[in-house]
Amino acid sequence: MKPPPFDYHRPARLGEALRSLAEAGAHGKVLAGGQSLIPLLNMRLAAPGHLVDINGLTGLDTIAADTSGVRVGALARHAAVERSGSARAAQPLLAQALRLVAHPVIRNRGTVVGSLVHADPSAEMPAVLALLGGSVRLASIGGERDVAAADFFVGPLESACLPGELAVSAFFPALPERSGTAFCEVARRHGDYAVAGVAASVTLDEDFRISAARVACVSVGPVPVVVDVTGVCGRRPPASVDWDGVARAVQDRIEPEGDIHATAAYRRHLTGVLVTRALRGAAREAADGGEGRA
Amino acid sequence: MSETTGAHRTHAITLTVNGVLREVTVPARRLLSDCLRHDLGLTGTHVGCEHGVCGACTVLLDGEPVRSCLTFAVTVDGHEITTVEGLAEEGALSPVQRAFSECHGLQCGFCTPGFLCTVTAFLRDNRTPTEEEVLEAVSGNLCRCTGYQNIIKAVHRAAEIQAEESG
Repeated sequence: MKPPPFDYHRPARLGEALRSLAEAGAHGKVLAGGQSLIPLLNMRLAAPGHLVDINGLTGLDTIAADTSGVRVGALARHAAVERSGSARAAQPLLAQALRLVAHPVIRNRGTVVGSLVHADPSAEMPAVLALLGGSVRLASIGGERDVAAADFFVGPLESACLPGELAVSAFFPALPERSGTAFCEVARRHGDYAVAGVAASVTLDEDFRISAARVACVSVGPVPVVVDVTGVCGRRPPASVDWDGVARAVQDRIEPEGDIHATAAYRRHLTGVLVTRALRGAAREAADGGEGRA
Repeated sequence: MSETTGAHRTHAITLTVNGVLREVTVPARRLLSDCLRHDLGLTGTHVGCEHGVCGACTVLLDGEPVRSCLTFAVTVDGHEITTVEGLAEEGALSPVQRAFSECHGLQCGFCTPGFLCTVTAFLRDNRTPTEEEVLEAVSGNLCRCTGYQNIIKAVHRAAEIQAEESG
């Protein structure tokens, strides 16, 4: 239960960090909050030769929100994003999901961008990024590139972040007017990884009929499973949507696996229940927000 | 700073622990929990699961509760740490410590340092918590003795003591 030895790098500047990562190549790993990485090291499930600790870098703990969305820097802790009023105003789903991420003490140290790069298919942050169609900005000594959420999550614990790259920020887009969001999950204990979970967004038109509806499901596939259910909902008021039919449409798209915590059939059942719950919650919020602004 | 090169190199760091400046030389892989216990002799911080689940090793880093088993000592070079040994002021137990004692919020005491640190920060930021907020605040700390009821009572009692003493 002690981490294996590694070469420790503590760059003071971004360029220095990128050089260290380039030199370390496939043997390098970035240390930000460490709340996923250090357990892996303690349990000897990972043994990187080089750790590049980015906690000494300045300017990476930013949370920049405007009407287009929220850009979160690599050192923005979960707790800081959760408490940020401007982030909540621009994209309420962040705070709705963050309260479900582990425990408050873990959120004091863990980072949002770190959760994305860790790419756990049971985690909330990847589902939020995937649902919103956000992106992750990766830097290397060769330059920067933005990777869309749809391309970023490659497999369980595998992201598109290549050796030598550092995820410097992530962008969570805002939703149009008359939109609402919700994150519902079932875990064996509060703070545990979800047995099943669903992030949902609903946008209503001027007559308060559904014009867009999407869900992202966690713990039921190798990556967050995003399903656009706009067509299945139909352009009608939320009260007259066949929610059971919508739930079935999503259940057809997921590939849950059974493990000691739940059978595949139970995960599929739960996902259906949570899809309905999350979409109805999101639709309610969309209607309330729309009226509030009118 | 380095004694050798490569993975076995050691790092000289400075931590302010319970208000005292401490200089220590550690390998990079030294967990803050082990640094406190083995290098600095502060065995009040307990080590349970060593992967962030049990909360026994919780200490305050610049005032915020964190898992010391999920933090490398080198990462927090130059920062302030408060352990359970630093909660009492001038020899008198803190309101949180008194409440845990009064309400029997502990039996074997193994988890207690983590609870005390977590609750100290929680009641500093939220002086009049609701029942639900208290449950959420201690949800990341495991206790195998008490069944939690007396711990929850102790948190509410600590809030009362805090209010009485500041008012």
